Amino acid sequence: MSSPEAAPARPSFDLGRALRNQLRNIAPFATLLVLVSFFSIAAPTFATLGNLENILQQVSVTAIIAVGLTFVILTAEIDLSVGAIANATAIVLTFFTAQPDYVNIANIPVPGGVAIVLALLACAALGGVTAFGVTKIGIPSFIMTLAMMQIGAGVSAVLVRGQIAYSVPPLILTLGSKTVLGVPWIIVFAAGLLAVAHFVLSYTRFGRYVYMVGGNREAAEYSGVNVKLIIGAVMTISAVCSGMAGMLGVAYFGSAQQNEFDTFLLDAIAAVVVGGTSLFGGRGGIGNTIVGLFVLGVLNNGLDYVKIDSFLKILIRGLILLIALVINIYAEKLRSSREAGS
Amino acid sequence: MAPPRLELTGMVKSFGGVQALRGVDFALQPGSIHGVAGENGAGKSTLMKIIAGVHAGDAGEMHIDGAPVRFRSTRDARAAGIGMVHQELSVAPDLTVAENVFLGSQPVSALGMVAWKRMANEAAAQLRNLGLEIDPRSRLGDYPIGVQQLVELARVLFSGARIVILDEPTSALSHPEILRLFEVLRKIRDGGRSLVFISHFLDDILDISDEVSVFRNGSCVATAKVGPGITKSWIIERMIGSGREDLEESYLGDITLKSRAGALPALCVKNVTLAPFYRHVSFEARAGEVLGIYGYMGCGQIELARTLFGKMRPQSGVLAMNGRDLTLANTSAARRAGLGYVPESRSAMLFREEPIYRNVSIAFLEYVSRWLLKPARERAQAVEQTQRLGVRPPGVESRLGALSGGNQQKVGLAKWLTRPPKVLVLVEPTRGMDVGAKEDVVRIVKSLAAQGMAIIVLSTEPETVLSLADRVLVMRKGEISTEFADGAISKDRLLAAA
Repeated sequence: MSSPEAAPARPSFDLGRALRNQLRNIAPFATLLVLVSFFSIAAPTFATLGNLENILQQVSVTAIIAVGLTFVILTAEIDLSVGAIANATAIVLTFFTAQPDYVNIANIPVPGGVAIVLALLACAALGGVTAFGVTKIGIPSFIMTLAMMQIGAGVSAVLVRGQIAYSVPPLILTLGSKTVLGVPWIIVFAAGLLAVAHFVLSYTRFGRYVYMVGGNREAAEYSGVNVKLIIGAVMTISAVCSGMAGMLGVAYFGSAQQNEFDTFLLDAIAAVVVGGTSLFGGRGGIGNTIVGLFVLGVLNNGLDYVKIDSFLKILIRGLILLIALVINIYAEKLRSSREAGS
Repeated sequence: MAPPRLELTGMVKSFGGVQALRGVDFALQPGSIHGVAGENGAGKSTLMKIIAGVHAGDAGEMHIDGAPVRFRSTRDARAAGIGMVHQELSVAPDLTVAENVFLGSQPVSALGMVAWKRMANEAAAQLRNLGLEIDPRSRLGDYPIGVQQLVELARVLFSGARIVILDEPTSALSHPEILRLFEVLRKIRDGGRSLVFISHFLDDILDISDEVSVFRNGSCVATAKVGPGITKSWIIERMIGSGREDLEESYLGDITLKSRAGALPALCVKNVTLAPFYRHVSFEARAGEVLGIYGYMGCGQIELARTLFGKMRPQSGVLAMNGRDLTLANTSAARRAGLGYVPESRSAMLFREEPIYRNVSIAFLEYVSRWLLKPARERAQAVEQTQRLGVRPPGVESRLGALSGGNQQKVGLAKWLTRPPKVLVLVEPTRGMDVGAKEDVVRIVKSLAAQGMAIIVLSTEPETVLSLADRVLVMRKGEISTEFADGAISKDRLLAAA
């Protein structure tokens, strides 16, 4: 036992405190381990290399969206327009690509490279509008991106007019549905984007500002950081990531139509939050998002392996998200109560 | 003789180890206005909070009309007829005037519905009694602050208060508004109720009060009937005391200012206005000089400070450096223009959860790394600056939140040292610090000025300004009222000017 004379400068290692501090990082990992163990025992075919590839492929589109969303949530903002912007960008891409004769939309075919650039410009522009609304006009991001969600859906509806488009430029077709050395390109792309985002967040000045703005916006501002510029940048990054996810998603799914990406909003938010990135900003990162993506991927995939009512899956995913939210908020409270105590 | 309406005897209250009240005796007569003066921390607010039932005293007694009372909550106090009008009004600006008068006690019809018509009529009658003719159905927020205050006063009176405590009621009012308020207060007094009038504005206290009490250091040191001989300087003398206790801290004697009239102006503020906070403010900050700006809370100095760092933009007037006008679109532009800023609260200047080095480097990161972070250089700078200011314990990797308050404050200063700004704005740089930490800050600030920085210190504490400044401006209700440039200054003269 420690004596009262022990030097206060070197407190003995306190396991409980360490666990509390790391709850936000440990809980997602523990969840992942539990899920993997459970499905491995319940279904012998679950834990195979082939299925790992399945899982990775299934979460790739979500991963690309989640990259942008990680930036946004780290600054304590939110982006609800990611699914709609993915969809709109996908449809802009097909709108500028020659479609089979039976697709009856008044599209304007241009060379593939130009179509890709136009699609990227479209999502960047939508992100720019969000950035303007949030930083210059002062609309809360929750409401602003809700409006952008509707605008994205509107762009999709106007361009595709209830039809289904199939063709995308060759580069996108390759990235979305072909393999390289036996590995699907879409996994490589998503992994690459995660790596770049991790680098940006951890090793660049911009990444530091993202964390500092999320950690204490007022203090960042009084230290001479251009907070609005950072917020505007993350909103635009999020829209561009969503756009890339939309383009590759079309190639991956084989077609583009309205409401195709609706479920990705919830999945991407779930991945970031389940991974342990704080909804209050400033804590977490791409590492957390990767774990969150695995939890989500394993859950979605594993539930197909065990005999379970497919309608029940939705409910189970909802419950998992709820638990993650509870842990997320609880971790924050533990920290602040420790603050108050010290 | 009738007993006082309200009487407190031997009231004692301490918070933690700090004695806020050391046995206060205070008596409020029926049908009178009692002015209360004293510096921040003298115990006025604590006493009023005990009267209003927010705190319970540790020892001492309270009597109303001779009968002992003990309040366990603000509800108890309200039931006993005590009402309070705070400096920050608690009106609902989006509701109508009538709804505000009846807030929490709307008259209802037999069916349990709000009786709107009756409410409007009664509210109008109440306000007419106070000499206020306004439409009870209009939105309260559309009226000036003086009217909103009277509406709040009407609500307090309507709820049956026989004792009304007014906390700094004149600080946000224009001169005609003050005259009208005083007329209303006299009317209320003549109706037999008792009023406590707390204010930093001693002229206002002398104008309206029948009696005045002066608080110092947790005691009520003097009470007198207002009349000949009871003057502003009489109050100030008692507010600051003979100063036998802690003489060094009290700044009673004359301090010789060493303003540097010949020095180059580093920042010129030309006739800036941001209504309703400040108007027509002009001054210059000179290289190598500490300029103190003193004023009471709510006098507009916080907003002025925010303007200097690009957080707020003036409606008119300009800032200029090196003869060039500045347009500060945001704080980032201000930093690049050569300004630095340390806000009044640690929560607004520091990142508790981040390591110390990140708290220091945030202000100069741009100059250390263009795109990629340079961890070694960043840490080396943080180590150098924290050591220079003597942050204890040393080491820049630990969480900022692990440092003591005074050391956190030093980190807030340290971030401006790597790339020294030409003008450093400090808001309340020593608030809430112990004596040792205060001395450290004074030493640091003076040495920065000696190196040629222009420093602007804004504070509501006279000691802070007097211990730091080479030249002092006094702000009063949004305007610069007095400048102390050369020669002597003392605390009483400073207080008298504000």
